[in-house]
Amino acid sequence: MNSLAPNSYRTGPDERGHFGIFGGRFVAETLMPVILEVEKAYAAAKADPAFRAEMDAHLATYVGRPSPLYFAERLTEHVRAVAAGQGRDGGAKIYLKREELNHTGSHKVNNVLGQIMLARRMGKRRIIAETGAGQHGVATATLCARFGLDCVVYMGAVDVERQKPNVFRMKMLGAEVVPVQSGSKTLKDAMNEALRDWVTNVANTFYCIGTVAGPHPYPAMVRDFQAVIGREVREQLQAVEGRLPDSLVACVGGGSNAMGLFHPFLDDRSVEIYGVEAAGHGLETGQHAASLTGGRPGVLHGNRTYLLMDGDGQITEAHSISAGLDYPGIGPEHAWLHETGRATYLSATDAEALEAFQLLSKLEGIIPALESAHALAKVVTLAPQKPKDHLMVVNLSGRGDKDVPQVAEILGSSL
Amino acid sequence: MSRIDRRFAAVRAEGRAALVTFVMGGDPDLATSLALVKALPAAGADIIEIGMPFTDPMADGPAIQAAGLRALKQGTTLARTLDLVRAFRGGDGDTPVILMGYYNPIYIYGVERFLADARAAGVDGLIVVDLPPEEDEELCLPALRAGLSFIRLATPTTDDLRLPAVLANTSGFVYYVSITGITGARTPDFTEVAAAVDRIKRHTHLPVVVGFGVKSGAHAAAVARGADGVVVGSALVEALRRSLDGEERATAGTVPAVTTLVAELAAGVRSVAGGNGQPPADGSHLLEEV
Repeated sequence: MNSLAPNSYRTGPDERGHFGIFGGRFVAETLMPVILEVEKAYAAAKADPAFRAEMDAHLATYVGRPSPLYFAERLTEHVRAVAAGQGRDGGAKIYLKREELNHTGSHKVNNVLGQIMLARRMGKRRIIAETGAGQHGVATATLCARFGLDCVVYMGAVDVERQKPNVFRMKMLGAEVVPVQSGSKTLKDAMNEALRDWVTNVANTFYCIGTVAGPHPYPAMVRDFQAVIGREVREQLQAVEGRLPDSLVACVGGGSNAMGLFHPFLDDRSVEIYGVEAAGHGLETGQHAASLTGGRPGVLHGNRTYLLMDGDGQITEAHSISAGLDYPGIGPEHAWLHETGRATYLSATDAEALEAFQLLSKLEGIIPALESAHALAKVVTLAPQKPKDHLMVVNLSGRGDKDVPQVAEILGSSL
Repeated sequence: MSRIDRRFAAVRAEGRAALVTFVMGGDPDLATSLALVKALPAAGADIIEIGMPFTDPMADGPAIQAAGLRALKQGTTLARTLDLVRAFRGGDGDTPVILMGYYNPIYIYGVERFLADARAAGVDGLIVVDLPPEEDEELCLPALRAGLSFIRLATPTTDDLRLPAVLANTSGFVYYVSITGITGARTPDFTEVAAAVDRIKRHTHLPVVVGFGVKSGAHAAAVARGADGVVVGSALVEALRRSLDGEERATAGTVPAVTTLVAELAAGVRSVAGGNGQPPADGSHLLEEV
């Protein structure tokens, strides 16, 4: 980790899509013209007040924004009891950003709405997407239904198996779901296959990427669409507490929900920022999805970022209980925040996430997505170490209904 | 004059197009792969492309994906692919060898170290699919400085506005990808291909070779009429796969299965007058040795 501290953490990327050494545009020539076209169209849309206004209207009436900022009273009591058990009078006051209450059940819809509106501006009638847990696929299928666009979702065959409810939802919404049989049959392979589709159908197709990764301008564009999360938190916390949060916590796979929460606060140096990667069976086992903690910089899927790989530069398979975090890379801006030290990246194991999944269900009556449960798992260890006046905001990025069959199987009860 | 330039000059002198053959390094194992590469020139290959296996080949179809995974499973690494070239070069000083693949294994090997080792092994040029001109500082410019050709892909989406950028730091030859799509997907419309080659030739004096979708001697002949060379990859990789036993191991038929198809393709290329590129008299298309 180096000590370079820029004047602002919010000005990236540069015009070629770099966050420090990360990011870039590492794609086949066939895709370069369309990527430049997306970049140009997005720049124009961003500067167009009508685009913003239309988006805000859809966010309000279709997505259901703003999502509530909820004081998690019993979770706070719990971490204070933990602190007391450790002989300390402490325990942060915990707020949950309720992204799971959005239409389609996760933060993914914020980004998809933006990209679908951009695709419409560009005259593209066919939308493709990759999906891991199915949340991005469901959001994409939903908005394609809403705007009458063709939708093809690539999903690893392994994920199709463990996320059946979402597969059915996508089909109900009129999308074609293509199970991907290549490689490890999970999210990275779904992304490979989506890129192959795009190379083939580039003339009429828009690739709706689900996270803050891929070639420039996607990492910045997806971040911008998700930054509504952090902007709302800022206003909402100001209204109830009259000040900034002291810390932010979010799970990180590709990292879109985390970046959406973090980005508006990057230049507020007093705000501690924690991303939580998936440690799978444990970092020491090698079976995990913690790219920052257990990987190193490389080039995949259009960008330079931290990746899980072997000594020959071959990408290794990630592992996580959560299909949405089961990816061997991470968005390039997170790689940069990690290297500059602005954000701290921790990791939670499958077992810890599973415990947090149950804890939040019982304490707050909210079943979190397994992805979000990784963030909650670290809240349970971080929050007791903080004083009682410490305001901690956790992104509850998705709801856990989709995970109930899988969790039931693991816990040994049948529904 | 580089080996690539000399080879195109020789082929042009024969009044025909060049046959460029792609095989995956280490597929299905390193020993068979070396035997195969050694047999390619005699079967009629003018230029050899060797794939550097990668786990996530985003622009390749199922045939080449599977070939890369077979090679990786048998322990092929980038260092061993370079060993393969060195072993080939020991017995053949004339046939150009191009390494083709994706950037990450090279980036992890270390760019400068890779270029030095590749040059020492007898590699003539590189094709790296996920490095467009926008990323030239990564590998293209260092490769040119190291005396290796950097061969760029031009595609149907590369319009006249973009072509100059694509051709700017290209050397050796230009590889025209005849379809928008992945390798091995479908056969292109050969009349459109000839028109596209003419379009590219208005922007460069470099030879233009055409690949993607060429599967037979007849296809090769059709492409050769309008281009300086024909690239065949997936069809050869598929011929190799069909020769393997039930556990994907090489058989006595593996090398002949590929060389038989190469001979058919070579006959196709030789059956028509081709190589429509006329070199400029001043030799300005040639890569300057730095």
